[in-house]
Amino acid sequence: MTKYIIRRLLQTIPVLIGVTILVFSLMHLVPGDPAQIVAGEGASEQTVENIRERLGLNESIPVQYGNFLGNAVQGDLGSSIRSGRPVMEEIASRFWVTFELAFYSTILAVFLGLIAGIVSAVRHYTLADTSIMIVALFGLSMPNFWFGLLLIQWFAIGNWMPESLEFLKMRPSGWGDSWRQIILPVVTLGTGGAAIIARMTRSSMLEVVGQDYIRTARAKGVSERLVTYRHALKNALIPVVTVVGLEFGGFLGGAVLTETIFAINGMGRLTIDAIRTRDFPVVQGTVLVISVIFVLVNLIVDISYRLLNKRIDLN
Amino acid sequence: MSEETVNPPVTTEKLNPRLESYKQFWRRFFKNKAAVTGGVLILLIILMAFIGPWILTTFTDYRPNATDLGNKLQGPSAAHWFGTDSYGRDIFTRVIFGTRLTLYVGFFSVFIGGVVGVIFGIVSGYYGGRVDTIIMRLMDVLLAFPGILLALAIVAVLGGSLTNVIIAVGIFSVPAFARVVRGSTLSVRKLEYIDAVRALGASDFRIIFKHILPNILSPIIVQASLRIATAILTGAGLAFLGLGAQPPAPEWGAMLNEGRQYMYEAGHVALFPGLMIVLVVLAFNIFGDGIRDALDPKMRN
Amino acid sequence: MSVPEIILEVKNLKTSFATDSGEVRAVDGVSFKLPKGQTIGIVGESGSGKSITSLSILRLLASNGKIKEGEVLYKGQDLLKFSEDQMRKLRGNEISMIFQEPMTSLNPVYTVGQQIGEALMLHQNMSKKEAHIRSVELLKLVGIPSPDKRVKNYPFELSGGMRQRVMIAMSLACDPEILIADEPTTALDVTIQAQILELIKELQDRLGMSVVFITHDLGVVAETCDYVAVMYAGQVVEYADIRSLFHYPKLPYTIGLLKSLPRHDIEQDKLEPIKGNVPSPHDMPVGCRFSPRCPAATDLCRAKMPQLETDEKGNQVRCWIYSEEWDGESEVNIYGETRIAKSRGTETVLPD
Repeated sequence: MTKYIIRRLLQTIPVLIGVTILVFSLMHLVPGDPAQIVAGEGASEQTVENIRERLGLNESIPVQYGNFLGNAVQGDLGSSIRSGRPVMEEIASRFWVTFELAFYSTILAVFLGLIAGIVSAVRHYTLADTSIMIVALFGLSMPNFWFGLLLIQWFAIGNWMPESLEFLKMRPSGWGDSWRQIILPVVTLGTGGAAIIARMTRSSMLEVVGQDYIRTARAKGVSERLVTYRHALKNALIPVVTVVGLEFGGFLGGAVLTETIFAINGMGRLTIDAIRTRDFPVVQGTVLVISVIFVLVNLIVDISYRLLNKRIDLN
Repeated sequence: MSEETVNPPVTTEKLNPRLESYKQFWRRFFKNKAAVTGGVLILLIILMAFIGPWILTTFTDYRPNATDLGNKLQGPSAAHWFGTDSYGRDIFTRVIFGTRLTLYVGFFSVFIGGVVGVIFGIVSGYYGGRVDTIIMRLMDVLLAFPGILLALAIVAVLGGSLTNVIIAVGIFSVPAFARVVRGSTLSVRKLEYIDAVRALGASDFRIIFKHILPNILSPIIVQASLRIATAILTGAGLAFLGLGAQPPAPEWGAMLNEGRQYMYEAGHVALFPGLMIVLVVLAFNIFGDGIRDALDPKMRN
Repeated sequence: MSVPEIILEVKNLKTSFATDSGEVRAVDGVSFKLPKGQTIGIVGESGSGKSITSLSILRLLASNGKIKEGEVLYKGQDLLKFSEDQMRKLRGNEISMIFQEPMTSLNPVYTVGQQIGEALMLHQNMSKKEAHIRSVELLKLVGIPSPDKRVKNYPFELSGGMRQRVMIAMSLACDPEILIADEPTTALDVTIQAQILELIKELQDRLGMSVVFITHDLGVVAETCDYVAVMYAGQVVEYADIRSLFHYPKLPYTIGLLKSLPRHDIEQDKLEPIKGNVPSPHDMPVGCRFSPRCPAATDLCRAKMPQLETDEKGNQVRCWIYSEEWDGESEVNIYGETRIAKSRGTETVLPD
C-alpha cells in the first residue's frame, strides 16, 4: 500500500513539472514577440522594452523557466498586465466561486448519474432503460453552454424562480445570499457529467451481472434485490468512482463556458477575459492553478479509493 | 479499407480470418439499429454540407452573409425557415453553410490528433521501456489540463481562427488516441504470431504496418467517431467564446454567441445552431457507440 | 433388495435459449434418477448441455434461457412448479452448487467469511457472530489451514485450489441434501484436482448427501460416480450404473468415448477418436443426433429419432440397435466391438 502511494506520488512529480513547462511555454509559443503583443500594436519602443524587462524576457529560456518555477512554488505567479495586481490575488478572489460550482456540479452529476444508471441497468431492455439511455445520449451530445442558454431563456420567459437569474446582474464574486442562484449553473454544468456517469454505471452493472460470482450468489439463495444491491452494485461502482475526479476537473475547465453565459465572476471568466486582453501572466496563472488542482484531486481520489478498497486487487 | 491492406501476408489459410471477421462486423453493424441510424445521419449531414450550399447558391437568392436590416430578428416563417439574425441574415442559409465548418473542425482535428496519437500509441506499446514511459508521461501532462482548458490555452497562444481551433482540438485529441492505441498494441504484441513473424525476419516497420495496425483498426475507428463528437463540441465552445472562426463566418458556435445577446427577444437565433450541433454530435456518438457494440461481442447480451 | 429412495429425478427436461439467430434448444429431453446418498455423473462433450441441465435444476438460467418442458422432482415435488420464493429457500440450503471457475465464482469485494456466512444468515437465521464461528468450522472441514485467519481473507488472496475449497465450504454451509458440482476440478492443476475430488467424496460419506457430478472426464466419473448419464447434443443418450457403463457400454457413442480414452487396465493398440464434430444446435440431424458420426448408422437412424429404452436393470439407452425396429445387421460392429441387436433376440456377453 505504502509502495503504491509512493509510486503514485513519484508519478505525479514529472507530470507537474511537465505542466509547468507547458504553461511556461505558452508565452513563448506566441507567434511574434510576446512583449510586443502584450503591449499592443502601436506601443512605443520604450513601453515594449519595459514590458520585456518586467516579464523577464531578456533572460535565457532556462533561466526564465527556473524563475517561473521558483516563483510559482512560492505562490508568486507574477502580476496581471492589465490590473497590475498579483495574479495569485486575482485568482484567490475568484477561486471559491469556481470551486463551489465544480463541486456542486460533481455532486449533481454523481447523484443523478448513479440513480439513472442503476435504474437503467436493473430494468434493462425496458422502456425506462431505453428512455434513460436516450436522454443520456442527448445529455452527452449537447453543448452545455447552449443548454445553459436555453435554461436562462425558459426561466426568464416562464418567470420561474426569479432569484435564480439574480446573478446575471453581475456580482463581484460569490453567490450572494440565495442558494437558488447556483442552481442553473450547476444544472448546466452537471448534466453532461451525469450522462457520462449514467452510461458508465449502466454498462458496468450489466457487465458485473454477467459475472460468475453473481450466479454463485443466486445459487446460495440470495434474493434478486440483494444480488443487485449487495453483490453487483459494489463491484459495478469500482470503475465509476475513478471518474469522479476526472469529472470534477472537467467541471473546473468547463466553468469557462458556464461562467461566461451566467456572468459569474469566477476563474473561468478571469481566464477568458485574460485571453481576450492578451494578459498572459493571468492566463498562465489560471491554467496552472486549475491543472495542478486537477492533478492533485485525481491523486487524492486514486489514493483514498485504494485505501478504502484494499481488498480489490486492481491488477 | 481495401482487402489488400488487411490481408496478412504470411497466412496460408483458405478463409481469410480477418476478412471473415470484417464480414461478421458488417453483419452485426447492420443489425445494430443505432449504428445504422448514426451512419445514415452522418452521410446526410455530409451531403448537406457539400450539396446544400451549392443548391442554395444555384437555385435561390439566399446567401449566408446577405444582410437585410429591415428584416432583422424575425421568427421562423416561410421565407426564413429558421428566422433571421440581428443583421437580418437568413439563419437557415447560414446553418447550411456552417455545416461544412463544423465538419472541418471535427474531421481535421481528429485526423491530426488521430495520426499523432496513433503513432505515439504504437511506438509506446510496441517498443515499451523508456520510450513508453516518456510518451505516456507526456500524455499525462496533456491530460492534466481538464476539459476544454488545453484547447483554450493553445488557442490563447495561437490566436482565434478556424485553423487554430482545428490545431488546438487536434492536440487535445492526441492523448485519447495514444492511450487506446497503446493498450491495443500491447495486447496484439503479445500474440504469438507476432513473434513468429519476427522470427521470420520481418522488420519492425513491417510488423507495425502489416500486422499490428490492421489489428487495432477497430478501436481506432470507434475512438475516432467518438472523438469527432467531442471535437465538434469543443470547437463550438471555443467559437462560442469568440476564439474560433471570426465573424461573419457562419460557424454554429459563433452564431450561438451572436444569438446569446438576443436570448430574450429572439430565442430562435440561438436555438437552431444549437440544435444542429446536437444533431451532428448525436450522429457521431450513436455511430461510435454502435460500432463499438458491433465490434465487441462482450457488450452484447 | 430394497429400492433406494430417489431424491432427485429429472424427466424429459427441455431448455431453450433465445439468441439473435433464433431459439436454440440446449437441453432437449434429459432424464435421469439420483438415489439418495449416491452420486450421478453427467458426462458429455462441451456444448452437450450438461451445464445447462444442472443450472436448469436450480432454475439459475441466464435471462434469455427458458425451461420449456419436463419435470425436476426433488423428494417427489416438481421444482419447476415452485415459486421463485420457494426456490430461493431451497437454493444453497437443500440443494447447493459449486462451479467450474473458482477464480471468478467468488465475489471479489467480500471476505471469504462474509460469503460463507451469507448463506447461514439467510437460511438458518444465524447471527453475524454465529455465522462467523460456523464459517471457520466449515473452512476447517474443507481442509483449509489456519481457518481463523483465512476467514478474513479476500478471494484474491487465495489460490485456485483454496478458492474451490471455499466454494465447497460455502455450498456445504447449510447441510444440503444434494450437491451439484459443475466441473469442479476442470480449472485446477492435476494434483489439486485429485485433492478436491477426494474431499468431495469424503464429505459425501461423512455428511450423507447426494451428488450430481457434471464433467467431461470419464476418468473422473469412474472414480467418483455410482450412476452415469451420458449426454450428446442436448439429450441423455445412455443412463447406466457405473459397472454396466464401463464394462458393457451399449451406445455406439459411449463405446467410442471409452475407446478414445487412454486406459491402463486393458491393452490398447491405439486410441481411436470419434470422427466428425458435434452437430451445431442450429442444424440438428432429423434422426439420431449421433447418426452422422456413427459407424453403425442405418437409414432408420438417419430418419427417425430413437427413444430412451429401459432394460431390466433400469439402465437406459437411446439407440435403434436395441429396439424392435432395428433394420441393420444382427451383429453390429462398433469401433471394434460387437453388439447384438435386440430385434434378433439373443443377447451375448462379450469378452471385455
